[in-house]
Amino acid sequence: MVRTCLALLLVASLPARAEGERQLTVFAAASLREAFAELGKTFEREHPRTRVTFSLAGSQELRTQIEHGAPADVFASADWKHMQALVAAKLASAPRTFARNEPVLVVPKDNPARLRSLEDLPRAKRIVVGAPEVPIGAYTVRILEAASKRYGARFGPTVETHIASREPNVRQVLSKVSLGEADAAIVYRTDAQAAGRGVEVIPIPPELNVVAEYPVAVLEQARESRLAREFVELLLSPAGQETLGKFGFQPGTGG
Amino acid sequence: MRSGRPSLWSAAQQVASAFLVAFLLLPVVALVITLSWADFVAGLRHPLLLPALRLSLLTTCTSLGLVVVLGSLLAWNIARQPGRASRWMEAVTQLPAVIPPAVAGVGLLLAFGRRGLLGGFLAAHGMAPAFTTAAVVMAEAFVSAPFFVQAAIAAFRRVDENLLVVARTLGASPFRAFLRVGLPLAAPGLVAGAAMSWARSLGEFGATLLFAGNLTGRTQTLPLAVYAAMESDLRAAQVLSLVMVAVAFTLLLVLRRMAPGAALPVPGARGA
Repeated sequence: MVRTCLALLLVASLPARAEGERQLTVFAAASLREAFAELGKTFEREHPRTRVTFSLAGSQELRTQIEHGAPADVFASADWKHMQALVAAKLASAPRTFARNEPVLVVPKDNPARLRSLEDLPRAKRIVVGAPEVPIGAYTVRILEAASKRYGARFGPTVETHIASREPNVRQVLSKVSLGEADAAIVYRTDAQAAGRGVEVIPIPPELNVVAEYPVAVLEQARESRLAREFVELLLSPAGQETLGKFGFQPGTGG
Repeated sequence: MRSGRPSLWSAAQQVASAFLVAFLLLPVVALVITLSWADFVAGLRHPLLLPALRLSLLTTCTSLGLVVVLGSLLAWNIARQPGRASRWMEAVTQLPAVIPPAVAGVGLLLAFGRRGLLGGFLAAHGMAPAFTTAAVVMAEAFVSAPFFVQAAIAAFRRVDENLLVVARTLGASPFRAFLRVGLPLAAPGLVAGAAMSWARSLGEFGATLLFAGNLTGRTQTLPLAVYAAMESDLRAAQVLSLVMVAVAFTLLLVLRRMAPGAALPVPGARGA
């Protein structure tokens, strides 16, 4: 028993990274998972002896962690609300929009509720959305409000009663549809693309939809502020924008 | 073992005790003293609080009831019939205690979800437990049952076999012997097990989030509300936490009254 514990301790204490290696910690919205994984590899190629680690979660959760002193260098949020809160608290400065995204309706590939448009949403018996604090949840609220005005008084209340869960980040929302547990959900187009053939995408009419803007900023408490600035530059560079585009993101305005 | 310096040994004990007790106490103290009365009162009006409190009480009492009734019968069965099957059943009932709650959530979804092992069968009978209040009760029962069953087996094993034999020779049926002799004699152990089990299900987080989702009033229990509140408002999370601590201690006091002899644990909410 004691010997096993000592052995485990020894394994755990093996150096996780080489001597003199620098580490950049990026806190990023859950929807950025695949795109940032690739951008991280690009960054590591361009910066030898540097390792990029990601913490991916709902933007609101990352913001809370940063407010409580989590050691992060860069914060990439899925909306302006959480970024502006950090700027107001003087924890981040000079945020810039590096990508935009489009909320879409997703259904499991066998589409049990046979939805063809947003208007059919009340037919879905089990709908999963993001919690209102999560960017995708806040966007969903706005989309459903607009849709209620368009599709009549019954739309909103019916959808509301069919909501089965409000999840803590967009990937948890998505997984309920890919698992077939939910009949419909609202996620970003990029998430639907990441889920591949497991889900089917139904676009939301542009006049009812919102555009999700992703701001990024170097954090005031960054220990690797120079690397952090270079990572932000990579996101805004043509190469970075091309990678983001490959994963379905629309170009940011840089502002 | 001989030691030339008993004073060093005693000092080590003192230091270790002081250190660990302080470490275990400080977070609870911090929950209480870092909150002003005004913040506490304001937090009590937080919209997440009441639905979560109601749901937590409802689901934990339901799961406790299920666990106690089914668990007592199972534990009696295991304790009274030694053999390989009993040992095997005992091992199986202990399995959920060592499985991380998040893993339990995935397992429950794969067993009882729409596309799970029993999903088709349940759907054919008009049931789809995932993401409903029933899922919360199932998750809580799953993670908390081992605590009660283990305590109940131990308590039933301590019941003197001769007393049961006497009861039977005096004409009592096996059920009556269980009800009038076995249960009363094992009561302190059963209550202690029930308290452990209840505390565990009150704190259940991971399996609930994955298998039941997070919907105010329907599947958002107190721990999930703490997690949700933490993302927008630390004070609200703190008030919700204090309410949980208060609920846990209240129930503990009630149980202590019910079975004065039981060695009751202090319930702590075990996280995911």
